[in-house]
Amino acid sequence: MDFKVFTQNRADYRYTMHMFPMLRLFLSSTLLILWLTGCNSAIDRPVVVEFWAMGQEGEQVKALLPEFERRYPGIRVQVQQIPWSAAHEKLLTAYAGDAMPDLFQLGNTWIPEFVALRAIEPLDERLKTWPSAAISDYFTGILATNQLDHQTWALPWYVDTRLFFYRTDLLAAAGFAEPPATWDGWLQIMSRIKTLDGAQRYAILLPVNEWQLPVILALQRGAALLRDQNQYGNFQHPHFREAFLFYLSLFKEGLAPPVSNSQMINLYQEFANGTFAVYVSGPWNIGEFERRLPAAMKGKWMTAALPGWVVPSTRSSPPSQGGRDSANPVSLSLAREDWGKGDEGLAAGVSLAGGASLALSRTSPRQDAAWKLLEYLAQPEQQAQFYRLTGDLPARQAAWNDPVLANHRYAEAFRQQLQHVQATPPIPEWERIANRIAYYTELAVRQEMQADEALVALDRDVDRILEKRRWLLEQGLTP
Amino acid sequence: MTYRLHSLTLSAWAFLVPALLLMAVFFFLPILAAFLLSFTDFDIYALGDLNRLRFVGFSNYLQLLQSPLFWTALGNTFYFVIVGGPLSVAISLGAALLVNAPLTRFPGFFRTAFFLPVVTTLVAVAVVWRYLYHPRYGLLNYGLSLIGVAPIDWLGDPDWAMPAIILMAVWKNFGFNMIIFIAGLQNIPMQLYEAARIDGAGAWRQFRYITLPLLGPTFLFVALMTMIGYFQVFAEPYVMTQGGPANRTLSIVLLMYEEGFRWWNMGYASAAAFMLFVLMLAGTMLQLKLQRREPS
Repeated sequence: MDFKVFTQNRADYRYTMHMFPMLRLFLSSTLLILWLTGCNSAIDRPVVVEFWAMGQEGEQVKALLPEFERRYPGIRVQVQQIPWSAAHEKLLTAYAGDAMPDLFQLGNTWIPEFVALRAIEPLDERLKTWPSAAISDYFTGILATNQLDHQTWALPWYVDTRLFFYRTDLLAAAGFAEPPATWDGWLQIMSRIKTLDGAQRYAILLPVNEWQLPVILALQRGAALLRDQNQYGNFQHPHFREAFLFYLSLFKEGLAPPVSNSQMINLYQEFANGTFAVYVSGPWNIGEFERRLPAAMKGKWMTAALPGWVVPSTRSSPPSQGGRDSANPVSLSLAREDWGKGDEGLAAGVSLAGGASLALSRTSPRQDAAWKLLEYLAQPEQQAQFYRLTGDLPARQAAWNDPVLANHRYAEAFRQQLQHVQATPPIPEWERIANRIAYYTELAVRQEMQADEALVALDRDVDRILEKRRWLLEQGLTP
Repeated sequence: MTYRLHSLTLSAWAFLVPALLLMAVFFFLPILAAFLLSFTDFDIYALGDLNRLRFVGFSNYLQLLQSPLFWTALGNTFYFVIVGGPLSVAISLGAALLVNAPLTRFPGFFRTAFFLPVVTTLVAVAVVWRYLYHPRYGLLNYGLSLIGVAPIDWLGDPDWAMPAIILMAVWKNFGFNMIIFIAGLQNIPMQLYEAARIDGAGAWRQFRYITLPLLGPTFLFVALMTMIGYFQVFAEPYVMTQGGPANRTLSIVLLMYEEGFRWWNMGYASAAAFMLFVLMLAGTMLQLKLQRREPS
């Protein structure tokens, strides 16, 4: 019985095998049809460049494309708009699934990650056709974030950095005509504002769940965030520690409220009410402030480049002196003039080199066409036009001479700040490290952890994150 | 006879093979792959070049056990399961009893109305609930203000975020269990109630000694499915709070998603997935055991 079932099963087996040729025929004919239609389209149709852009950029960039397609009749552009919140995941999954677009936008802090993935085509060969003036036209600190291992991997599309948005009337009421140039001046202005008229008033709003300002202060203090070829955390170093303590003191002295972004229900309303007089933010808020502040606020706020840390000898003057004295014009201009001299102690007023870049996919068969689109979007005229459409600040300085930006009341501070921007460590692990910085900073601000404890824990976490990187370097593999 | 048997097996296979094939390709294979991945440090480097992949043994599991974030996520998940699960089952049963009661008018309408949230997209639901929960303009706080309760920042306050998520999840899901309970209730023969009434049993005793015992198998099924589903909570916190404030709504699956798709630590995320699997298996076994002991 068993045996019979067995033999009969064998027979069925053969029977099912007969189905295979049919299946094969079906599959191969489908493939043939697909191939033929594929060929057909290649003959009639122009090259279609697939371009992924995020958020409103993805929406607005479409307005620049008709002109591009007019100039290059053989190329058509297909824009895919991706929400910012999903962009990073979407790009990684596209890479894993071998479905990368030809040209794509990416946050400039993601570049090291996509270089490690070997997802980006370096641009150096193609850039040789550019005049050197065009390359030096980019803000230096911003272009640097696109360069890694002496190669250029992407070109900045628009830029972003953080600086002061402040209430001119409140500063004036506190007795200051100008925003601060040094940490000291900054502290003095803030303590004066805090005492303006009792009530529920703070001097500055620093959302506690952000890593940016602690890192900016550390960079200003000349701290190297990581050490030994970015293999270990360096957060217990005196420079970082000093900046960290300065940041914490803003909360301890009641100058900043310990709230997170989501807890501040209506930022613009509170700014107008004078709950705080200074806010550290980026270019996207120029438009928001103009739109959302009540009409009475018109002309009562301004933007300014960040103050910087100054060498200890100038810092020794006791900060408890009256506010009017501290707005000493001599020390102000001194610090400003020392900008850009490259002296480590006076790395004054630097901010973060943020923004978004455009990169070519390494596996794209349409790199030449995609490069033409990249070159087109990099032209100063298109950059200025893109600013008009989106409010995103151009990466090419030539575009800033366009009247729309040259006479812009709030953009000037950004232009100044962008001369002094610094990149975060160019390693794929940076976003995770930044996430840990934000986490421990919040714990320290909320006094759930001592400052030094937090720094020890931060170093420990970061060392663990960098373990793979150390192993790769040890093995002689390029990370 | 043998031919009959044989053709039966053949047709059985013909029906099974497509489903088995699909399950093998889309279910068993990925599970096996994930299990293997959990013993490696598959990350962004390995994705770019497989030479940069290491076999790390149990180190992902050990790291997970040492990670405070994992314990936070575990605590939150248990909070959600232990509070949300029974609450959801109780409300489903209550709704089923009400809809099934002979006095209820338009039972069809209520069945449909209560079931609607189950088939509605979570994202659409989340948008509405965000308005309900809004600290200043929300309906919920408005209602509370009428009875003199100060406004609550439902999604922003670390202590209230999880209750808010549970409330929404229960509202969204109870309709499904309700339908199953209704089916269970309709299987209970009417004569039993009649006999009980003749014997003088009131509503409560009828419920206690007839409805509940006869719903036993349904109860077990509902409790198990709810527990398994609630252990995998992801979409609600992902859409409403992204795990915040201060990680108070971070669930294990959300942690897995973050590690896997945000940081691309696939090995670590796979290890978290298998930890969750073991937990859910243990929970299921425990429930089955408790249920089995009860009748005796």
